[in-house]
Amino acid sequence: MLSYYSQLGLRSLRRSPLLSSLMILAIALGISASVSVATVNHLMSSNPIPHKSEQLYYVQLDSWSPFEPAREPNEPPDQITWTDALNLMEASAGLRQSAMASSGAVLEPSDPDQNPFMVSLRLNFSDFFALFDTPFLYGSGWQREDDEQRAYVAVITRAMNDRLFGGENSVGETITLAGKPFRVVGVLDTWQPVPKFYDVTVGAFNTAEDVFIPFYMKQQLELSNGGNTNCWKSPDGEGFEAFLNSECVNYQFWVELPTEGDKAAYINFLNSYVEQQKQLGRFERPLNNRLSNVMQWLENEEVVADDAQIMLYMAFMFLFVCLVNTVGLLLAKFAGKTPEIALRRAVGASRKDIFIQHMIESACIGILGGLLGLLMTLGGLEAIKQLYGDYMQNLVKLDLTMIAFAIILSLLSSLLAGLYPTWRACAVQPASQLKL
Amino acid sequence: MLSMQDLSKTFTTDSVQTHALRDFTLHVNEGEFVAVTGPSGSGKTTFLNIAGLLESFNSGQYILDGHDVSHLTDSQRSKVRNEKIGFIFQNFNLIPDLNLYDNVDVPLRYRGFNGAERKRRIEEGLAQVGLSGRMKHLPSQLSGGQQQRVAIARALAGDPRFILADEPTGNLDSEMAQSVMQLLQAINQQGTTIVMVTHDPALAAQAGRNIFVQDGRVHEEASLC
Repeated sequence: MLSYYSQLGLRSLRRSPLLSSLMILAIALGISASVSVATVNHLMSSNPIPHKSEQLYYVQLDSWSPFEPAREPNEPPDQITWTDALNLMEASAGLRQSAMASSGAVLEPSDPDQNPFMVSLRLNFSDFFALFDTPFLYGSGWQREDDEQRAYVAVITRAMNDRLFGGENSVGETITLAGKPFRVVGVLDTWQPVPKFYDVTVGAFNTAEDVFIPFYMKQQLELSNGGNTNCWKSPDGEGFEAFLNSECVNYQFWVELPTEGDKAAYINFLNSYVEQQKQLGRFERPLNNRLSNVMQWLENEEVVADDAQIMLYMAFMFLFVCLVNTVGLLLAKFAGKTPEIALRRAVGASRKDIFIQHMIESACIGILGGLLGLLMTLGGLEAIKQLYGDYMQNLVKLDLTMIAFAIILSLLSSLLAGLYPTWRACAVQPASQLKL
Repeated sequence: MLSMQDLSKTFTTDSVQTHALRDFTLHVNEGEFVAVTGPSGSGKTTFLNIAGLLESFNSGQYILDGHDVSHLTDSQRSKVRNEKIGFIFQNFNLIPDLNLYDNVDVPLRYRGFNGAERKRRIEEGLAQVGLSGRMKHLPSQLSGGQQQRVAIARALAGDPRFILADEPTGNLDSEMAQSVMQLLQAINQQGTTIVMVTHDPALAAQAGRNIFVQDGRVHEEASLC
């Protein structure tokens, strides 16, 4: 009977093409608006490293002013100082860890035909690549010895490799960064975590950096600070070294702690470390160290902005308005079918039969509306991309989850919209409609 | 076959009570062809609606094919209508965007027959009314008489025990009306019980038995055979 009801549903849609088109369009508009916004929200709030997000922890140390918190009500700063970054790395208390920072430099291609250009840099330790399971197209990350020896090594992205070396294996090649020759040891395959959780201070949805080099290059090459730098007191002295050794925060720190026991031990370690630093006259605030796993950290940093949430509510309100319109149109459509319903009831259809037939007709409208809505969503996402530019590049991809969401949402919406008109259709008294 | 004993039906509005049937008693035997006549408002339509299980009644007893159908649920009534009763309407009540084949198929779908069985019954039904060559036609492509023949094929497709016909020739010219009447007589001769409401004394005279309804009662009954 389901195929029979489906045939009847589609036939009924053809019978009143204008009304049917209006209903399909209403559903499609609602679905398009809500799925477009939900897609952006979905990607904003997605887990960028699901297999490991419970084991990776972002470290916060409260090295801030004794007179006020870094952020109300009593939040520690969201980055750490150079001194603390190096001390935590030296302690090596986690399974893997990496301090990191962003910066930029001029890259001089070896090809004399190519002009120098600015690249974004990530300064990190060798553990970074294993910590975040970065995929490699060629080669690998550098070794711990390279960190210690301050070796001039680099990992470049696939896009950079395409640009500089035409996509060939460039491991062993040399690139010139900030006037210094760096040996390429690895080429990352496409890697774009969304959100870019490992450093949200430079934009949670920006693209990954072009080049990755050892953390100590910050000091070695006196590279400028990228992202946010916050200070609660001025550096003690002049010059780059004084700034590095100041209480200014500009560095992120991630540690891998596979078990709850590891986490508890690491918190103890952090507390001990801060107590030690207190004896050196630092950390004048009460103990307030934090370990946040990936999703906690993204929530803490409010990666999904409030206005994005408001947009989502508004989009679903719009869908609701579309549904109300669809209810009205369905009422009109089913009212026009009253003689047929009465006839079917008279020749043996039960109320249940009529109910199923009309719910399936509503579902047909929903599926067609959903498919049209998906097409409109693609257009909507493209419009968002055009409107917001590169910032939204990584947030406007319609994945399988969202396609399934769109179809299910449209199906549920149409069934919901069809409930009342169908109930009315079921209530048709054949005796009142048939001249018998 | 059909036995109504002291049936009463009252329609109540805010201020008015209308007694459509009062102590309505009628017994129709298997194989009979009964014509029901009476003035407008006499209760003929209410009687047919109740007989077809399309409407409930306030008191009395209704036995159809040996079963008391006075207190059936909605789905039980649907099942009885589907299996035992065939309806022929004055306005034919064909579904306009279904072809003849699909129109005759409607009651069979709710019966649960498989495709082959439905096909056999539809083809036989349409052949019986002389329209086997027009299965793919839409109702709008047929004359009134032909549409009524399709309605008869639809009523017969499920092999009902009896047929309720409401002014089956009311919208037809005299020639077509006579043709439809001959068809009904042929069906009756094959054993199907028919109860037909008509205003036309000439048609009523062709039925095996004639009852007259007035003021909600079987006022007069006359055997014409």
